[in-house]
Amino acid sequence: MWSRIISRLLTSLVVAWASVTAAFLALHALPGRIQDILAGDLEYPGLREAIAAEWGLDRSLPAQYLDFLLRILQGDFGTSYVLRQPVTEVVGSQLMPTVQLALLGGLLAIVIAVGLALLTAGRGRISRQIASFLELVFASTPVFWLGILLLMAFSFTLRWFPVSGASGWQSIVLPSLTLALPTAGLLAQVLREAMEKTLDQPFVTTVRSRGVGELVIRARHVLRHALLPAVTLGGWLIGGLLGGAVITEKVFGRPGLGTVTLGAVLTHDVPVVLAVVLLAAFIHVAASTVLDILYLLIDPRLRAQ
Amino acid sequence: MNIQTRPLADLSVALDPQVNPPGAVEPVTTAAVIAPRLLSPGLAISLAFLFVLLLAATFPRAFTQFDPLIGDYALGLKPPSWEHLFGTDRLGRDVFARTIHGTRYSLLIGLGGMAISLAFGIVLGILAGQRNRFLDEATSRVFDVLSSFPGVLLAMLVVTFLGQGMLNIAIAVGIAGIPKFGRVIRAQTQLVRDADYVTHAVVYGLGRWQIFIRHVLPNVLVAVPVIATVYIGNTILAVSGLSFLGLGPQPPTPEWGVMLAESRDVLRVAWWPGVFPGLAITLTVIAFTLVGNAIQKRFEGRLA
Repeated sequence: MWSRIISRLLTSLVVAWASVTAAFLALHALPGRIQDILAGDLEYPGLREAIAAEWGLDRSLPAQYLDFLLRILQGDFGTSYVLRQPVTEVVGSQLMPTVQLALLGGLLAIVIAVGLALLTAGRGRISRQIASFLELVFASTPVFWLGILLLMAFSFTLRWFPVSGASGWQSIVLPSLTLALPTAGLLAQVLREAMEKTLDQPFVTTVRSRGVGELVIRARHVLRHALLPAVTLGGWLIGGLLGGAVITEKVFGRPGLGTVTLGAVLTHDVPVVLAVVLLAAFIHVAASTVLDILYLLIDPRLRAQ
Repeated sequence: MNIQTRPLADLSVALDPQVNPPGAVEPVTTAAVIAPRLLSPGLAISLAFLFVLLLAATFPRAFTQFDPLIGDYALGLKPPSWEHLFGTDRLGRDVFARTIHGTRYSLLIGLGGMAISLAFGIVLGILAGQRNRFLDEATSRVFDVLSSFPGVLLAMLVVTFLGQGMLNIAIAVGIAGIPKFGRVIRAQTQLVRDADYVTHAVVYGLGRWQIFIRHVLPNVLVAVPVIATVYIGNTILAVSGLSFLGLGPQPPTPEWGVMLAESRDVLRVAWWPGVFPGLAITLTVIAFTLVGNAIQKRFEGRLA
């Protein structure tokens, strides 16, 4: 088992290194572009050379690459072209609202998906059809449209929740629900299928013959098995939540990474976008590595292999 | 005459599980049994909907006499009526006309993005599926790296470099989709590679290239329409998200995501500009998913 854990860790390291390298190459793929952006509307002889010297763009590419790697290892993502502030500060100050939103959205998605799967897996045809229809609808609805619909219903018509901003608990209810529903739709599909497969296994009959209640069988025995395939989705879901949070923030006018990233994309502020994308990739890789290792720890059958 | 055709009502009795438990009935005709399964109501509606979408994308003017770009300011924000089925937006443009004309953009960008994912996915997937450990490891890591970036953010990175626009978000979504297709094509290639008919071809003495072109490639490509239909819904969703963020086509283009972004400002007073384009996206994605799943089910187990 340990060799598998180590090889998984090494793979993640390779992936992380390759992402950083890809990011560096992307940054330098368009020659002259960085100086042009930094120069903005200014134009006089020697300006571009001065900028290149100031930002270290005049050195050889391998030297810049080494420098880039070292700086990222130290957690330094450079300076924003537009805001002229260290990227770490720009991103760091906006990180919390987004992480809050993504975490709450993820939690809500898990609760909804597990609830739906527990209630409907292996039940009558009609309830299963209703559930799978709901899952299909939620998985097919664009996050931002869901947000618009919730805004219309609960903010403009019923006036229960604020329209935008990020003050107080009321302001996070609709955004996290918006983020959660499409994810819950996908997760519930996977969970329900896995639970239905597990319900057919002989051990369920054995447990049932001991007189254990149906809900206990589902929650304690079947769900545990069904969680495994859902765990493999975990890393991918975290990536989806981070991406979805960016769009959700735009719908609800919440401050956060999304607003920062969108602004950076539109002003070609490459270091900021790179930092956000790399951060998300690191979170994704770290989370899926931890999940994969947990997977081995949870399921004794995998350990034996 | 004792040979008579069974009336239709008889069939439903014959298939009733209470009258005849499953397995006890001999199928009357193959067509009668298979046809309803091929064309369940959901699938039939989806196919019809996609056909209408195709018509709307090719001949939008046949559906509406209103211009999607020019509105009458005096008619701004009128609720749905018989004249304006989906109402009018802030600038007095007909929302129905805009939704119909938007079909072309959403479908084209979605298909374009998918074509890019497919092209790269097929080439890389076939490379990864060869019996070469180094090639397999290298391409699989490329897929790992690409899929470790959240799709929306990867697309935003691409747009940062290329700038906004329809072609550029197609490229952005296309790049983000490469690992999905690549991994499926890789698995399919491995499956075909180890199939008996390939072994027979080797024994028969065909050259490597001949085997690849005549036996492996066609059988790998069989899977493409199946994966493509299943994933096109995803691509359309991703594209609409990016155009909602303002990274794709710019206003006044009647693209669905752009229309929804514009509707955000008038939600307080008008619900219709924010409902119909979103409904169009969701129904399109559902229709593609249902058709894709149906095709996938038919092909299941037949692909090797």
